[in-house]
Amino acid sequence: MSAERTTRYGLRTLALAYLGALLFVPVGLVLYRTFQPGIVEVWASITTPAAVHAFQLTMMVTLIAVPLNTVLGILAALVIVRGRFRGKAFLDMLIDLPFAISPIVVGLSLIFVYGRTGWFGSALANAGIQIIFSWPGIVLATIFVTLPFVVREVAPVLREVGTEQEQAAATLGASSWQTFRRVTLPAIRWGVAYGVVLSTARAIGEFGAVSVVSGHIAGQTETLTLLVEQRFQNFNIAGAYAASALLAVIALGTLLAMTLIKPRKEHA
Amino acid sequence: MISVTGVSKRFGDFQALDDVSLEVPEGSLTALLGPSGSGKSTLLRIVAGLEAPDAGDVVIDGRNQTGVPAQRREIGFVFQHYAAFKHMSVRENVAFGLKIRKRPKAEIAARVDELLGIVGLSGYQDRYPSQLSGGQRQRMALARALAVEPRVLLLDEPFGALDANVRADLRRWLRRLHEEVPVTTVIVTHDQEEAMEITDRIAVMHDGRIAQVGPPRELYEQPADDFVMSFLGPVSRLGEQLVRPHDLRITADARDGALEAMVTRVVHLGFEVRVELVLGDGASLAVQVTRGEAEALELRSGDIVWVASDRPAGEAFTALRSGGAPDAPLSV
Repeated sequence: MSAERTTRYGLRTLALAYLGALLFVPVGLVLYRTFQPGIVEVWASITTPAAVHAFQLTMMVTLIAVPLNTVLGILAALVIVRGRFRGKAFLDMLIDLPFAISPIVVGLSLIFVYGRTGWFGSALANAGIQIIFSWPGIVLATIFVTLPFVVREVAPVLREVGTEQEQAAATLGASSWQTFRRVTLPAIRWGVAYGVVLSTARAIGEFGAVSVVSGHIAGQTETLTLLVEQRFQNFNIAGAYAASALLAVIALGTLLAMTLIKPRKEHA
Repeated sequence: MISVTGVSKRFGDFQALDDVSLEVPEGSLTALLGPSGSGKSTLLRIVAGLEAPDAGDVVIDGRNQTGVPAQRREIGFVFQHYAAFKHMSVRENVAFGLKIRKRPKAEIAARVDELLGIVGLSGYQDRYPSQLSGGQRQRMALARALAVEPRVLLLDEPFGALDANVRADLRRWLRRLHEEVPVTTVIVTHDQEEAMEITDRIAVMHDGRIAQVGPPRELYEQPADDFVMSFLGPVSRLGEQLVRPHDLRITADARDGALEAMVTRVVHLGFEVRVELVLGDGASLAVQVTRGEAEALELRSGDIVWVASDRPAGEAFTALRSGGAPDAPLSV
């Protein structure tokens, strides 16, 4: 065996071992532990009223946050790539802020702004709207932490595609909206799809920011991740594993959906 | 007919177009010829509405189009790098403009088939651009532009990204296509041979201005200035005079107005022979003679000969000036 092949196999083994230790073993162990007590117990554990509500809340938050961030993300990517204005670099940097800031800081800042003693707190309270310790706060926190994904996936694709196809569409009589719908959007669709998948995964899995603003009210403001934590804290280890497994299955389903919708044959 | 009057365009510190006026007659095939940075593409994009002029007007078929977006100008535009819609089949690409105009399905299908026949892509309807060669993609782009029956067809270096032999084929094909579908066409190119071969009229551009406009032969034989002369074909410098290598004559004996020169190289190019000379002052120049002339003179490198222009000095320029062309408004 040549030295080159030794190196190649060595590197492969190292990469797989790294992934194994950090990813496959823990996730596999969660699934194993989940089903150790038996399928009936697992089913019972994930169909308690609190668990069902947590599942529904997580889904609702995701279904609000992801579509919003998809539409606004595509718009922001268009502005960043195609726009010509001062302060563009600053806006570009600002988009990455949610990546840079710790989720717990995001949660706290939302309390400063919308909490009862926050800037808009009393005005909102007078209007009968509660944001913090209620689902709108969870939605806001989720939107904030998932903001960059679609922008960051779409912007490089837009740059790569360039403007010639759009100009061609314009010379053929297409309006801006027709050009966007028939030319730009199809050209960036895989970037959008990938951004949506990443946003969804993050929205479902977000813990820190949501934890700060939710108030942990079982059956009301408890998302799936918060349910896992709450069960773990209460020494309901089997229940925590079951809820974790549910999260893992949703995440895997999201990734699988992406693999399935991805084009078999890439058009160059 | 396209008429451009007083168009200027500046990009930052760069004056891309400086008070350019040009008329392109109905049904003609006109070239905008010039080196890169001369403003030819900018002018074409302003005619198309893809770029807005800082000053001046664009009138197409008697309608002022300045400020009208590209989408409503009823033009066909072909890009150097095809700008094919990559996610659409050849059929969908060609049908795009008709679909936007909401034509009936049957009409679109018939028109697309007809156009694919004209550009020689019948049988390729269901392919994707990535499955076509560069030449085929560009023919598809032409069919797409022609599908909407544009008032003018604008081609921006359409063969610039293609191999030399494909380019030569497509050039001839474009000329035939223009005879079949005689829509007013403007082609931007930096290749003088391309411009000379296929167009009726050439506008030579230099530093954001139009240096000269006319039929290819007139530009070649009566260039308005040294730039046009050297851009349209090979030139040799004899003293103060710029001449075509085939307008120079070599003799073995001294004669009036001739300069003494030494032959440095004799290159046989089939029927033509290129004789490279060095003058007494060290300047070198090339002369083009026929094989017969070269043989009669028995030219060898190291020979001392006499070289002079067949044409009287400045004839080309004076001929044009007596016609008054450079001072009159430029028109094609």
